[in-house]
Amino acid sequence: MAQGSDGNPGVPPQDGDGDLTTRLDRLGRELKRRTDAEATQAEGERNARSDYTGMSQALRLGSEFVAGVVAGAAVGWAFDYVLETKPWGLIVFLLLGFAAGVLNVMRSAGLAAQPGSKR
Amino acid sequence: MAAGSTDPIHQFQIVKLVGDGSFAFTNSALYMGITVLATTAFLVLATSSRTLVPGRWQSLAELSYEFVGNTIRQTAGKDGLRFFPLVFSLFMFILVSNLIGLIPYTFTVASHIIVTFALAMTVILTVIIYGVAKHGAGFLKLFVPHGVPLYILPLVSAIEVISFISRPISLSVRLFANMLAGHITLKVFAGFVTMLSASLGAIGLAIGVLPLFLAVCITGLEFLVAFLQAYVFALLTCMYLNDALHPGH
Repeated sequence: MAQGSDGNPGVPPQDGDGDLTTRLDRLGRELKRRTDAEATQAEGERNARSDYTGMSQALRLGSEFVAGVVAGAAVGWAFDYVLETKPWGLIVFLLLGFAAGVLNVMRSAGLAAQPGSKR
Repeated sequence: MAAGSTDPIHQFQIVKLVGDGSFAFTNSALYMGITVLATTAFLVLATSSRTLVPGRWQSLAELSYEFVGNTIRQTAGKDGLRFFPLVFSLFMFILVSNLIGLIPYTFTVASHIIVTFALAMTVILTVIIYGVAKHGAGFLKLFVPHGVPLYILPLVSAIEVISFISRPISLSVRLFANMLAGHITLKVFAGFVTMLSASLGAIGLAIGVLPLFLAVCITGLEFLVAFLQAYVFALLTCMYLNDALHPGH
């Protein structure tokens, strides 16, 4: 993007008058074009390598969310089993489990603070 | 016909080797034993010479020590180093068992959820027992976030408790799912090669080069997964132990 705005490699250097400022300008543009190209290439390589990292992150966040819901359902079921309040415990704790799952996902994505930390 | 040789789930079957009933010595137990023996042998042999300038094996052992030590220091602080034996054992066990599972015809211990769940429960029970022993009721501050209004606190605490209960589940499911999915994928792609050549003959064998190439690539990926999952498990263990060490702050 930055390359398209001012890096203009197609300009023919027809006025080779030896003027220092023009030459410096041309050198700067050429350098910028090269570093931009290198940066773009590195970006592409990083993207190819981070394909797997993306998948592992998806698996991590997915398991966090599912674990929250499952834990909520288990707590609700145990609540009902002990207190015989079928089906209310399951309903309430399943909903809380969804909330806990979202909290887990936000924590593991670094969007919410860890439980122990002070804000 | 194809069920026995190319069935991708077949590799996870538990076979009783010695004895019968619930306490039989299975192939899973055998590979756990092999893992422990291999880890112990590696560390004992690698550190036996104890030179000042480490050799190849010794530097590998020192590298694993430094790696786990740094992970603990960064996530749980200096206090966390008292849990070094636990975290190091977990890391080495998962890493070595995953690497052994990548050798063809072996069994992957972590592909059974009960094994990973037992490992996760070890961690969580350590957190709970140590936290309660050290801080008493102060450990419960973990479930009371700072700066939450009183009228909403019961709800938030309930969510925090459920979030805490979900930790062993997510910890075990992540490791189990990664290992299971990886090995199934590998087996499916490798199975394509034999299925193609069996049904299409020479043309199938030519097309079979593609899944074979993919299987090779996935094998490389699986080595990365084996290491990464062991690292993630150790890292999360450190983060949970950090909660036990410093619950209220």
